[in-house]
Amino acid sequence: MKFLLVEDNQDLADAICVRMQIDGHVVDHAGTILDAMGFAQTGEYDLILLDMMLPDGDGRDFLRDHRGRKRGTPVIVLTARSQVSDRISLLDLGADDYVTKPFDHAELEARCRAVLRRNAGTAQTEKHLGDVGFDPVAGVLTVKGVPINLRNRELRLLEVLFNAPGQIFAKQKLFDRLFSYEEDVSDNAIEVYIGRLRKHLEPSELKITTHRGLGYRLDHDG
Amino acid sequence: MTGKVRSLGSLRNRLALTLIGGAAVLAVLLYFVVRSYAVQIAQQGQDSILRASVTSILDAAVLRDGQLEVDFPYASLAMLGTDSDDRVFYAIYQDDVLVSGYDGLPVAASDSGMVTVTFDGVEVRTTTASRLLAGAQSRTRVTVTVAQTQDLLAVTLSAISRNIALFGAGFFVLVMLLAVLATSSAIGPLARLTTSVARRGPQDLRPVVSPVPSEMVPLVSSLNTLMARLGQSLNRSEDFIAEAAHRVRTPLATVRSHAETTLQRVDREENRQALRSMIRAIDESSRAAGQLLDHAMITFRADHLDQQDIPLAALVENLIMRLGPVADMRDVEFRTALDPDVTLKGDPILLHNALRNVVDNALKYAPRESVIEIDITANPPCVVIRDHGPGFPVDQISNLSDRFTRGRNAEGIIGSGLGLTIAQEVATAHGGQMTLGTHSKGGACVTFSF
Repeated sequence: MKFLLVEDNQDLADAICVRMQIDGHVVDHAGTILDAMGFAQTGEYDLILLDMMLPDGDGRDFLRDHRGRKRGTPVIVLTARSQVSDRISLLDLGADDYVTKPFDHAELEARCRAVLRRNAGTAQTEKHLGDVGFDPVAGVLTVKGVPINLRNRELRLLEVLFNAPGQIFAKQKLFDRLFSYEEDVSDNAIEVYIGRLRKHLEPSELKITTHRGLGYRLDHDG
Repeated sequence: MTGKVRSLGSLRNRLALTLIGGAAVLAVLLYFVVRSYAVQIAQQGQDSILRASVTSILDAAVLRDGQLEVDFPYASLAMLGTDSDDRVFYAIYQDDVLVSGYDGLPVAASDSGMVTVTFDGVEVRTTTASRLLAGAQSRTRVTVTVAQTQDLLAVTLSAISRNIALFGAGFFVLVMLLAVLATSSAIGPLARLTTSVARRGPQDLRPVVSPVPSEMVPLVSSLNTLMARLGQSLNRSEDFIAEAAHRVRTPLATVRSHAETTLQRVDREENRQALRSMIRAIDESSRAAGQLLDHAMITFRADHLDQQDIPLAALVENLIMRLGPVADMRDVEFRTALDPDVTLKGDPILLHNALRNVVDNALKYAPRESVIEIDITANPPCVVIRDHGPGFPVDQISNLSDRFTRGRNAEGIIGSGLGLTIAQEVATAHGGQMTLGTHSKGGACVTFSF
């Protein structure tokens, strides 16, 4: 996905960009409302991540302007204020959702997906590999013309593998993507989800292979 | 924090008492003044008849051949006749020797005017006049005294007194009514101002604009200034909190993002553990800060509860939409049975916060790929939230909603120990209660009943 990040704190912006690039996203960074408006007008973004306190004004001003121009790009606000009343006023102003700093990137991604799904309408986000279609926004896997609704963790796991077929992913890395840091789950939990994906992909040309001591890889038989 | 205001007594009572007391003094004064004036007039009437009577007797006295003759004019006594059978006395002296009349009738110094004396045991009004009669050889002095009892005067006076007393009492009653009316209408605007200020919501710091009597203008304008200052300082402290939160949370977010990134890059298990606990600590501190602020906000808002009609189903649906992505991450599903007609009077922000805390909890403790059930039922309005997690430890149920208390089985799960406290306080502020329980088939079950 392609993001526009509007955040004046350079350290945080860098950290977010690096973190999101790991997940395979493209991020443009604007430090001021003025820059952000320039970026938003020229580039096509899937989503805008907007900080509220900016050096040349309030993020709300950007939101108002953005909505005033009838741009459809959804906006998720990164807010430092946790009070409910503030959050509600953000949504009234036309933000699609918000996350409170500091935020979990997995949660941010889940929220992005939910927002995109709400806004998608008929937009086609399906990717193809061999005889398999995969729509990460809708969470649908199509094998031989049969659509399968994926559970969230199956979806997140497949997303990693699908974006880089032929690459081995360590069990640990996959684990960190799937489970939040507070959960107390055994390392083997990942095998459950690998097992399910294998079952879904069984009739297709795709196959997930285990590489002992290294991890898992998505292979294309075709 | 409403300090007790010391009362100096009621302004209305003070005003009414002053007016009524003034009216009473006036009524008594009126009584005495009018009465004494009436006495004076009645006395003057009697006096002038007495004077005329004396003069006519004196005129009838002639000196014939050196002998005094008084052709007594009976009319002079008849003119003194009254309805009250007042007695009349007279005495005629020639050179201080009684010629005719009552002996012993006190003789005032001649031409000394009217006096009141006691004669024969009763009070009489008397006047005396004398005249020098000159004959051929002799001169003699004739003195005439006429006196009359004062029965009629007393009767007249008591009649007049009664009338004046009645009049005074009527005047007093009338003034009292007017006083009550006047104080009510004077105090009215003050009472209306009080109601309009008291009825305001917690956030309403707008100035009072409705017209008030000119005497109240200084009070109201200083009230408005005070509210403006209060609003300013509230805004300042809100800005301060926002700024402080921004300053603290932004670097925390930086650290967290870096930690997540680093976690993707390191392989050694010790390092990974360290990074994980670092992330957990960040989450813990940010959550605690948020919950503390929420708790403070709730304590403030619960003191001045907003009263709106809240459709509970819409509130829960909104909450589910907000928490949907988080539930999704854990493959947890919401299953709802919401009665769409149930509404509740209260503060939507507080209720949203309370329910969110409980549903948050359910999400944290629910096992993967499980279901959280939320039901709304009517009569009385109830919201029931049930998960399929480990449930509350039975022996701790009674004090789990105490501040900073967490269940024994909550180790390893991030929490501040304030969520249930907040939920409990919101329920209480809305005249309801929150009940914690464990479902018969396992799982925590939280019931809000209002």
